[in-house]
Amino acid sequence: MSTKTVIPDSHSLFQHPEQTLAADPLIRIRGVKKAFGSNQVLRGFDLDLYPNENVVIVGKSGSGKSVLIKCLVRLVEVDEGQVEVLGYTIPSLDQEELDQIRADVGFLFQGSALYDSMTVRENLQFPLRRHSQRMRGQDEDHLIQEALENVGLAHAIDLMPAELSGGMKRRIALARTLILQPKVILYDEPTSGLDPITANEIIQLILTIQRNFQTAALIITHDMDCARVISNRMVILQDGINYAEGTYTELSASKDPKVKAFFKEVQNR
Amino acid sequence: MATIPTGLKNYFDQTGEISLFAWRFMREAFRRPFEFREFLRQCYIIGYNSLFLVITTGFIMGLVLTLQIRPTMIEFGAVSYMPQLVGIAIVREIGPVVTALICAGKIGSSMGAELGSMKVTEQIDAMEVSGTNPFKYLVVTRIWACILMLPLLVIAADAIGLWGSFLVETTKGEVSVRLYFNRVFATLQFGDLIPATLKTFFFGLAIGVVGCYKGYHSKKGTEGVGRAANSAVVVASLLLFVIDFLAVLVADIFFEI
Ligand SMILES: Nc1ncnc2c1ncn2[C@@H]1O[C@H](COP(=O)(O)OP(=O)(O)OP(=O)(O)O)[C@@H](O)[C@H]1O
Ligand SMILES: [Mg+2]
Repeated sequence: MSTKTVIPDSHSLFQHPEQTLAADPLIRIRGVKKAFGSNQVLRGFDLDLYPNENVVIVGKSGSGKSVLIKCLVRLVEVDEGQVEVLGYTIPSLDQEELDQIRADVGFLFQGSALYDSMTVRENLQFPLRRHSQRMRGQDEDHLIQEALENVGLAHAIDLMPAELSGGMKRRIALARTLILQPKVILYDEPTSGLDPITANEIIQLILTIQRNFQTAALIITHDMDCARVISNRMVILQDGINYAEGTYTELSASKDPKVKAFFKEVQNR
Repeated sequence: MATIPTGLKNYFDQTGEISLFAWRFMREAFRRPFEFREFLRQCYIIGYNSLFLVITTGFIMGLVLTLQIRPTMIEFGAVSYMPQLVGIAIVREIGPVVTALICAGKIGSSMGAELGSMKVTEQIDAMEVSGTNPFKYLVVTRIWACILMLPLLVIAADAIGLWGSFLVETTKGEVSVRLYFNRVFATLQFGDLIPATLKTFFFGLAIGVVGCYKGYHSKKGTEGVGRAANSAVVVASLLLFVIDFLAVLVADIFFEI
């Protein structure tokens, strides 16, 4: 890909000395391609995610960000390219193995995706019921209680999703994502549809989670404030490839016309 | 010019896709794990929520049918055959078809809308990454519940329809309950009951498959959900008539009515 402008990453390496090039990446994507009919969405995307790192992916609406992270848990099958998560090659796993890996990868969906017909308690029970061996020796009620306390909503346990505000829904969804204690978390627009104050609370929550549980995260967002606060590294997804990479400061100072145009467009919104 | 009109092409595409969906259900229907709790919950929702509607329509159907046919029968001097005639009409044809149509409207649309909104809000994806097969959890349970509840609803509608018919007979012709129902059951034979009941299982299957298919493959956006609910009703109703025709044809061969 000759159009790829990889901006030197030394600055971010300096900020995170523990993240050496020798460490094995938790997620490794190489040359991923995906088309829906004639709509070629991903055209050879590369990405590595290292332990303890928050990588933010930004890109225009419809550029394929959600498709990309869905490829990581095989909600979408890639056409071509390598997808490795926690050392496993995702496209070649059988169902049993895939379910095990999926438990290690938390996924926060764009619109929270709480199950409408279930209470908050049942929503959190749902992932547990399939992975009871994994949580061996731990009391289910205790795990649910703990997960809700982590997001500050222990009192909402018997409510239905329809009774929750948008921000509360997002927190419950986060609790449901965390309950299996994943090693990597994929956030699909964690702050979309929230007011700035609630969005900021969610961002702080994500940072706290990363500190307390030592997880790595891939975060998709439209929200540049969110990207600035949360990211150790940013990737711009454009034209189906990782068009540019670097820290927020590096990218915002970039001379590349497309990167400049992107920042300008986002700020004007 | 080998172009097929788009309308016709869509029709064949749909038929193929719904058949594949039904085939997938058949393959997974008997395979473990079986989501028993969800199945019971769906039975309750499908059975209980439609019961009132089905009973009301059944009752009115019996009343109206009797009121309409009676004058003609009097003209022919055959009014004493009313219980036989109405009994056969209700049990063999009108009860199952009217009940199934009501259910296609009520159950088919709510399945289309519910699964459709679960699809567009990514709840189905969320289930899948939680290690649960959403097809088993959502679709197989719903279709099974439909298959088992529809015959029960039809029996309820038949019973109440006959009762409605009896009320007309007894006020106009002073027939006793005993005489009326003796006559009804004297004419109804296995050859009437078996095919009539068997076809209701297929009606249930059709409503479940179409409702779930439409929801499960709903397009993005609220408009997509609305369309899923709407076309679930249209396609299911159409399919009911096709199944009914086939059932009558087959019964005609095997039971020599
Ligand atoms: N299941 C699908 N079938 C067909 N096309 C799809 C499917 N999923 C996504 N697409 C297409 O892929 C493209 C990228 O979609 P995607 O949802 O990844 O965008 P996005 O970058 O997440 O946008 P947004 O910021 O609006 O969420 C879109 O053009 C979309 O129409
Ligand atoms: Mg998206």
